[in-house]
Amino acid sequence: MSRVAVTVMPRQGVLDPQGQAVHGALERLGFSGVSDVRVGKRIEIEIDAPDPVEAAEEMCDRLLANALIEDYSVEPLS
Amino acid sequence: MTVAVVRFPGSLDHESAARAVRQAGGEPVEAWHADASLPPDTEAVVIPGGFSYGDHLRPGAIASRSAVMADVARHAERGGRVLGICNGFQVLCEAGLLPGALRTNAALSFVCRQVELEISDRSTQWTGGERGPERLSIPVKNHDGAWFGDPDRARVMLRYVDDPLGSTDRVAGVANDGGNVLGLMPHPEEACDPLLGSTDGRHLFAGLLGRAA
Repeated sequence: MSRVAVTVMPRQGVLDPQGQAVHGALERLGFSGVSDVRVGKRIEIEIDAPDPVEAAEEMCDRLLANALIEDYSVEPLS
Repeated sequence: MTVAVVRFPGSLDHESAARAVRQAGGEPVEAWHADASLPPDTEAVVIPGGFSYGDHLRPGAIASRSAVMADVARHAERGGRVLGICNGFQVLCEAGLLPGALRTNAALSFVCRQVELEISDRSTQWTGGERGPERLSIPVKNHDGAWFGDPDRARVMLRYVDDPLGSTDRVAGVANDGGNVLGLMPHPEEACDPLLGSTDGRHLFAGLLGRAA
């Protein structure tokens, strides 16, 4: 059994209002020097497959990410 | 005319959509997400609003991969009319039956208000053709309703006069190239009764049935 982590992020150029809201809140808390915040999601998957990363990439292409507005990356955990 | 109203876990507006279909002269029948096919004799399809599968992952993403959607795609390929409203619009975009994607509103808030729409393409039966109205007044109610896409590569049908969501080029509704599949974020089924302040939504349900309002 392997574990992989999928990170899905809004694509550059796609407005990320959630990131903007968090950015504003960080500035109000006094964190200076923050120039950009983007919010995405992380999906951890336990899978039994010969190539778990390739399997997760196919999952991203077919369901986990919308290529029009999101980019993804897959990282093996174990 | 038999109109399938597709219902997913988390659909909310299937009853008001069915009422609007009946008022337009159609016969609504429910299609369940797990059905392998649409009801027999289905001539048109409505995908209603709501929060299918709890909006998990992305609005419409999981519903678009459900069993019944394969038959909705076949119906659309045959030239059958499909009307997707709000979450139904999100489902049709996620299914690849309409161009673009719906993302979170620019203001990060749920927007619930009456909006004025310009009919950008008056060549179709959806809004009564050239003899139909030039504008519609219909409410929106959504959190993830900002259309993102390339308006030059989409058949833009409706635009907000004053866009409260932050959509690309004020797009409120798009059709497929053939014009038989239409999706929009505003809710025409909530604009069919004078008690609700506008009956402009009737044009779209008449268009679904292939006639003028």
